[in-house]
Amino acid sequence: MTRSRLAELLLRNMTVFIFLAVFLYFGVQAPRFFGVESIANIVKQASFIGVIAVGMTFVLLTAGIDLSVGSNMYLSAMAAGYVLQNPALQNGWGVLVALLAGLSTGIVFGAINAFCIVVLRITPFLVTLATLVAGRGVGTAITESFGIEYPPPYLAFGASGLFGIPMPIVVFAVVVLAAHIVLSRTQFGRQIYAVGRDPEAARKAGIAVDRITFSVYVICGLCAAIGGVTLIALIGRLNQTFGVGKEFDVITAAVLGGTSLFGGAGTAWGAVVGSSLVQMVQSGMIFVGVNIYLQPMVLAAIIFLAILIDSLRNGRLEKLRRRRLRPD
Amino acid sequence: MSGAGLSIRGIGKSFFGVPVLTDVSLEIRPGRVLGLVGQNGAGKSTLMNIVGGNTAPDSGDMLLDDKAYGPANAREAERSGVAFIHQELNLFANLSIAENIFITAMPRGPAGLIDRNRLRRRATDLLREVDLDLSPDTLVEQLSPGERQLVEVSKALQLDARIVIFDEPTTSLTPRETSRLFALIDRLRSGGTAVVYISHILADIETLADDVAVLRDGKLVAAGPRPDFPASRMINLMLGRDIDQLYPPHRSAVRDEVLLEAEGLSLPGVVKGIDLSLRQGEILGLFGLMGSGRTELARLLFGLDRFHSGELVVQGERVTRMTPRRAIAARMAFITENRREEGLMMNVSIAENIALASLRALGNALGLLDKRAITASAATFASALQVRSGPIDTQPARSLSGGNQQKVVIAKWLMSGPSIFLLDEPTRGIDVAAKYEIYSIVKDLVAAGSGVIFISSEIEEVMAMADRILVMRQGEIASAFARERFSKASILRAAFGEKEAAA
Repeated sequence: MTRSRLAELLLRNMTVFIFLAVFLYFGVQAPRFFGVESIANIVKQASFIGVIAVGMTFVLLTAGIDLSVGSNMYLSAMAAGYVLQNPALQNGWGVLVALLAGLSTGIVFGAINAFCIVVLRITPFLVTLATLVAGRGVGTAITESFGIEYPPPYLAFGASGLFGIPMPIVVFAVVVLAAHIVLSRTQFGRQIYAVGRDPEAARKAGIAVDRITFSVYVICGLCAAIGGVTLIALIGRLNQTFGVGKEFDVITAAVLGGTSLFGGAGTAWGAVVGSSLVQMVQSGMIFVGVNIYLQPMVLAAIIFLAILIDSLRNGRLEKLRRRRLRPD
Repeated sequence: MSGAGLSIRGIGKSFFGVPVLTDVSLEIRPGRVLGLVGQNGAGKSTLMNIVGGNTAPDSGDMLLDDKAYGPANAREAERSGVAFIHQELNLFANLSIAENIFITAMPRGPAGLIDRNRLRRRATDLLREVDLDLSPDTLVEQLSPGERQLVEVSKALQLDARIVIFDEPTTSLTPRETSRLFALIDRLRSGGTAVVYISHILADIETLADDVAVLRDGKLVAAGPRPDFPASRMINLMLGRDIDQLYPPHRSAVRDEVLLEAEGLSLPGVVKGIDLSLRQGEILGLFGLMGSGRTELARLLFGLDRFHSGELVVQGERVTRMTPRRAIAARMAFITENRREEGLMMNVSIAENIALASLRALGNALGLLDKRAITASAATFASALQVRSGPIDTQPARSLSGGNQQKVVIAKWLMSGPSIFLLDEPTRGIDVAAKYEIYSIVKDLVAAGSGVIFISSEIEEVMAMADRILVMRQGEIASAFARERFSKASILRAAFGEKEAAA
């Protein structure tokens, strides 16, 4: 029994072990990798994807998907940018208004997804595929593909910090903590897991399935906007390709963190582990000096390995958990 | 007490143009247990789904304690004090027992967060009431079907419901769990709760019910105090005709050729040293208590799990590693007890469900499928098994009653033309008439030369059907009985083991 307990513990935390193995490998290859600066940099880089992966976790828990997060990032950053074009708003208050404008855009974007999925009953994959294209289309129409520059107060916000911790990391920490509390300590959170496991049973159990499904897309939209407005504050210039393809990184991070695409399983912490793993591999390869043309392949291999181990793990865990009928 | 309780008045409902309830009126009174009986598809579940807020009626209305009652969803019904314990349990395996019990009513602290201590404490109290000795933090996926049933009951207790509906609650319970449940229902009744008890086990209705209501073809055919309804009358009312036997007559069709042979099949922790053989035309009964390893053995035979040691010989061919594909290629069919999760695709049409295992044979020269051809051949099997439904090419499997769903599962395998059948509790949760039809189908199969392994927890059923009975206990075959030596007492003794028989 203790042996199978140990096996279960190992299997359950496989992503964490892969994470540590990758970390140690890069560290041994390039000792500078272990430096505080390098680690802080990885976490900072990971935080944008991580914040959105937290939102994606909510959606994935209900067995849904949101492909439109990249376009949402773009539109939210754009909304913030337009607010800041007003000379009267190029100050601290202006930054606040810009952030609110950006986040509201994300919420509205998420609500549009939610409306199509819950009220019009269209499959999440198709709805968000459509809004992925439509969102960027709207953005292009508005900006006429000109870039947007962000004024100094907003860049100062991007460079700010709390007790020496960079702003993106603070935002990430707050989002993860809030999400963790919601998912594990509120009735709403636990009902998300129930809906993901069996929506029909959830309906019969008296859970407001539609309301919960609606909420998770709004939450994901909000998280995409948070990722968008914080990342753009670091970059300082919004161009056409901002956020393109990010849905892939976000979903990868969430799944690497142990969130099931079939709903009902996953945690907010998983998004931290998953996004850090992806970022660490990317940064580590630069440190070690992997040929830049080979880097995507190495990343893909590590993602494949993690997912393979995860799926082997599920089969193995099932066996370990099977009821024993005989003592032998 | 007139008027108190629930009055159902002239309820009517149709699905896919097929009327399932017509003008049903019924009184459900506090402090009494109403036994609701009827064949599968008679409308019992639909009626109770209307009471429980899962379905809206097309006509008629209801009064709860003299006030209009028409719940729009399950939550409204629960708020009005109506709890519904479904036959297919409504629990979330990925959540804990406590979370399941309080899924819509979690105790909350000041910040709106779940008060975990209070949640755990209240769940512990409820678990004690249903006599379930488990930590409230246990995940439901680790529970046996019987334990899950009791968790459902504690959920109803938590609601402090005035009306509790049980839909076939004992089909997956061990005798001990069943008596525990009955004691609980007794307590509910003396506390003034109105209980509706739906079951095909008429003996249970006779033990429990104060009143009986019989539905047939969506109409209420009789209702009144239980003493007016001896089992024979209930059966006749349910069927609308007199039946004189529950089982088709036994006629051995056993031939010499061996279809399936197992030698020393073992899987550590599950089964050990299983030897068995199945001949053409034979019905081999597999009896044992819940958890004795019957289903697990069937899964090994069909290759769903892999055996560690031992050997299988299927149709004369030696197999050291069985897989479901190989099993199907060897013309084996496994009809599982778990219709909802393993047997059927609930949202897919009846025709496609039936054709599923035979799609390869149904393709045209290019391997493409012709929907009309599928529907046509599925229809032959659906009508041969008398599946009661609307159009089979559009009506989803989920809309069928339990017995008809089971027939669809059987039709699916019949269509693929197998010669070895593994039937795991094939009549679980279906009514007398549908059972008889399924028994007749099994008899036809063996008459045509198939071999059948018949797994059941109902000893009368196994004894009536089988040519030979193997009794399992703790993952081993404890005894074998030839038909001449069938005796209820010795089979049960073998199933319980010597120790309990002595006690």
